[in-house]
Amino acid sequence: MRGAGFAAADAQRLIPRLRRYALALTGNRDAADDLTQDTLERAWRKRALWQPGTDLRAWLFSVMHNVWVNGVRAARPAVSLDDDAAAASAALAAAAPQSAEGGIVLAELQQALLRLPEEQRAVLLLIGLEQLSYAEAAAVLAVPIGTVMSRLARGREQLRRLLAQEPHAPGPLRRVK
Amino acid sequence: MNEDRLHAYVDDRASESERRDIEALLARDADAAARAAAYAAQNRALHELFDPLLDEPHALHVPADAGSRWRHWGGVAALLLVGAAIGYIARGWLGAPHPPTTLARQAALAHAAYVPEVRHPVEVAGAEEQHLVAWLSKRLATPIRAPSLATAGYQLLGGRLLPPTHAADPAPLALLMYENAQGRRLSLLVKRESTNTVTAFRYAEDGPVRTFYWIDGPLGYALSGDLPKEELQAVARLVYRQLNP
Repeated sequence: MRGAGFAAADAQRLIPRLRRYALALTGNRDAADDLTQDTLERAWRKRALWQPGTDLRAWLFSVMHNVWVNGVRAARPAVSLDDDAAAASAALAAAAPQSAEGGIVLAELQQALLRLPEEQRAVLLLIGLEQLSYAEAAAVLAVPIGTVMSRLARGREQLRRLLAQEPHAPGPLRRVK
Repeated sequence: MNEDRLHAYVDDRASESERRDIEALLARDADAAARAAAYAAQNRALHELFDPLLDEPHALHVPADAGSRWRHWGGVAALLLVGAAIGYIARGWLGAPHPPTTLARQAALAHAAYVPEVRHPVEVAGAEEQHLVAWLSKRLATPIRAPSLATAGYQLLGGRLLPPTHAADPAPLALLMYENAQGRRLSLLVKRESTNTVTAFRYAEDGPVRTFYWIDGPLGYALSGDLPKEELQAVARLVYRQLNP
């Protein structure tokens, strides 16, 4: 198989990046690790499809995106956004410091992210967190770049509105100015 | 203010000259400036929230050695098969019957446990044969069939699910029960086999319960009853013919 695909060690080095994106996408640590492991397995099986010389990280993100979309579709009837958000805030609130970035409480950010439509969340994270270029994000999601731009604009504005609402969460999640 | 330019500015993807133009525009557009500041804060907050994960230890791995692992276990399995074959042949020299193996033993125990049941010998009655077979096939994750033993005088009484024999092989087992006009019962245990082999009929005795058992591709069968050996063997042959028409 030499010459086809990538070295396992190259993908192994990228696992922390994949986990970060997976956690931001799912809001749940176990789900994120499952998603990352499934992605690694699928990527390794399909490694001949990766084109040498291209960005392995972006390719792994596109594999993860497909695994995630398939999984979300399969799981959707069982999971409501509210359950997701509640689980996420429970999982992350303890870890998230109460420090604020531009008035954003981090636990609220996680909740608000999960309230975005999945397609907007993915774009916002690939660009805002993973710092992919717009063209790279378009390739990862297999959509035109114009679609990326409109999802990005809608996602960011929606997130801004969600975070500007008065928090209805109790004490520990209160906004810090 | 062009929306795409505003995002390019936020994401630091604008050229130096574009950047100056955009800043000039933002200075005159309070709404756009507020949005740009909010979006940039979102980016920074995303990093603050999720970057700690980058330094966290994790147990995930690229399954790159899976192939060689399978080859390794394949070799072990081949050795075990050779060992089992030698044992089997040696046992033939030493004389039948074979001591009960797991399949035969499980069949004998299930037969002893459920055949005396008057009111609840089965979970699903033979009258609902289609449902019974579909249910058991689903639980065993392999299509199974209930052979017709009418020519031997036995009717399908029904079936039930039995727990797996090993935690390591968690597929449940199916037990089909048959009854003749005199109320004599036979039970047919069906087990999903991981080895796709075909064996000859084997025979075991466990107390009063006699069992003929064999493996036919993906499924292992064990027919148990307290019939004379020759009669039981005749029914076992019938089961085999029914399943391999």
